[in-house]
Amino acid sequence: MAELFIFFEQIYRILFLLIPVLVSVAMIVWLDRRVWAFVQKRRGPNVVGPFGLFQTLADALKYIFKEIIIPASSNKVIFILAPIVTMTLALIAWAVIPFSETFVLADINVGILYLFAVSSLGVYGIIMGGWASNSKYPFLGAIRSAAQMVSYEVSIGVIIINVLLCVGSLNLSDIVLAQKDLWFVIPLFPMFIIFFISALAETNRPPFDLPEAEAELVAGYQTEYSGMMYAMFWLGEYANILLMCAMGSILFLGGWLSPIDLFPFNVIPAPIWLILKILFLFILFALIKAIVPRYRYDQLMKLGWKIFLPFSLIYVVLTASFLMYFDLLPGN
Amino acid sequence: MIAHAIVFYIFSLIAIVSAIMVTVSKNTVNSVFFLILDFISISCLFIMIGAEFLGMIMLIVYVGAVAVLFLFVVMMLNVAQQKNEWFNSSGRSSHIPVGLLVSIIIFFELIIVIGGWKYKPDLLDSIAIEINTHLTNTQSLGSVIYTDYIHLFQLSGMVLLVAMIGAIVLTFRQRSGVKRQSYFKQISRDRKDGIELVDVENNKGVKIDA
Repeated sequence: MAELFIFFEQIYRILFLLIPVLVSVAMIVWLDRRVWAFVQKRRGPNVVGPFGLFQTLADALKYIFKEIIIPASSNKVIFILAPIVTMTLALIAWAVIPFSETFVLADINVGILYLFAVSSLGVYGIIMGGWASNSKYPFLGAIRSAAQMVSYEVSIGVIIINVLLCVGSLNLSDIVLAQKDLWFVIPLFPMFIIFFISALAETNRPPFDLPEAEAELVAGYQTEYSGMMYAMFWLGEYANILLMCAMGSILFLGGWLSPIDLFPFNVIPAPIWLILKILFLFILFALIKAIVPRYRYDQLMKLGWKIFLPFSLIYVVLTASFLMYFDLLPGN
Repeated sequence: MIAHAIVFYIFSLIAIVSAIMVTVSKNTVNSVFFLILDFISISCLFIMIGAEFLGMIMLIVYVGAVAVLFLFVVMMLNVAQQKNEWFNSSGRSSHIPVGLLVSIIIFFELIIVIGGWKYKPDLLDSIAIEINTHLTNTQSLGSVIYTDYIHLFQLSGMVLLVAMIGAIVLTFRQRSGVKRQSYFKQISRDRKDGIELVDVENNKGVKIDA
């Protein structure tokens, strides 16, 4: 009986996390389009609901009622599995994100590795979708995207090592608490910039949206998808973007910590701070979508392997030597 | 405890079934997907015995990188063409004796591994470093690998480096006639190099050397 109770309590906690994440994904799509429109001096979606807030819900409703078309020559099982994989992977990663000192679903020892692992699995949804469509454009898009995501993962991994050197723990709550006095964005500012750019590449956002470069590949791996399955790809993509923003704010912007430990700031509850930081990073994502032109593929690869990787490796050596010399290594 | 056992058996069942499916399934891409499923369930088993670092690294390295490359290569092959070629080819395949030899060796290795619990007490006695249960396994791995076993660690790094250089040498080919951009050249161009004003004489033209 007690086990059953624990089971239901866990389900309640999971839903309490997942439903806000899904709703915020819908809101974030609206915000993305709004920011994009404002930069281009348009109005953006402003009709459905107050300020057009319900635009995404209306879109989702439209997708639900559309017919799902499965190409005759596709590999049907994998074709259907692909959006499910994308969506699932985008959502399970939220289990380890700490929203406050106590509000975290799974406070595991290797939290940052878990996040990294799940975000590196995200490429499978895209490869599966691209291959199972059995058509040229999706396949080319999938191959591009796989190469891109694998390349930028490497530099993200090295950047994470930089942060871990300063923390001495793989636990996300420890990473946040280590930034109590100084956010890592200040000593590791170059790493923050590289992390941000790599996160753009990892989530296939402009200017690195080559997998779905509409001028060359129609819509990349999503070309053959329609209806609810397309919507799931889309939701998964935005949930991934939010996740990368959350990862950036936990690694560099002090997670749920308030910027200054003074009266008006420390009254605001911790989750609000994390949400504000995620929003800040997301608005940067959206601005970059509007103002930066798309990279060429060889430039993208060159940037990842020849610039980011060596630079972040050198920075690891620098950080380690600095900590060693001034005897600041954690755990001593 | 019962829940633990149930979860363990679910994961090991998935691991075994998908391992069998890797070899049985006729579509190569499906084989790779089953291999990925196998990796994931094995890493779940690692996490269940408390080796969370190993499990996560398994996910990151094998599933996140190695299997992606596998998939990459396999998908590029023309699946329709090579379907079943292995099984349908008439006459005896020359691969069978080699395959048998390898599988017999692996079989005996597996027997030794499975018989491991017999030797477990002796093994535990012969461990050079005592097991510290207070530390998390990430910490204890780190404190051992980079101090006591630094030479082995560096040696494996050297082996990987050599393998990497070998792979690059094998696949490297220099193509002529490919236009490449040099960022340095592009950025360091200024107005003087790009534009030249010439007074052209009538009926003579300008000679342009590229």
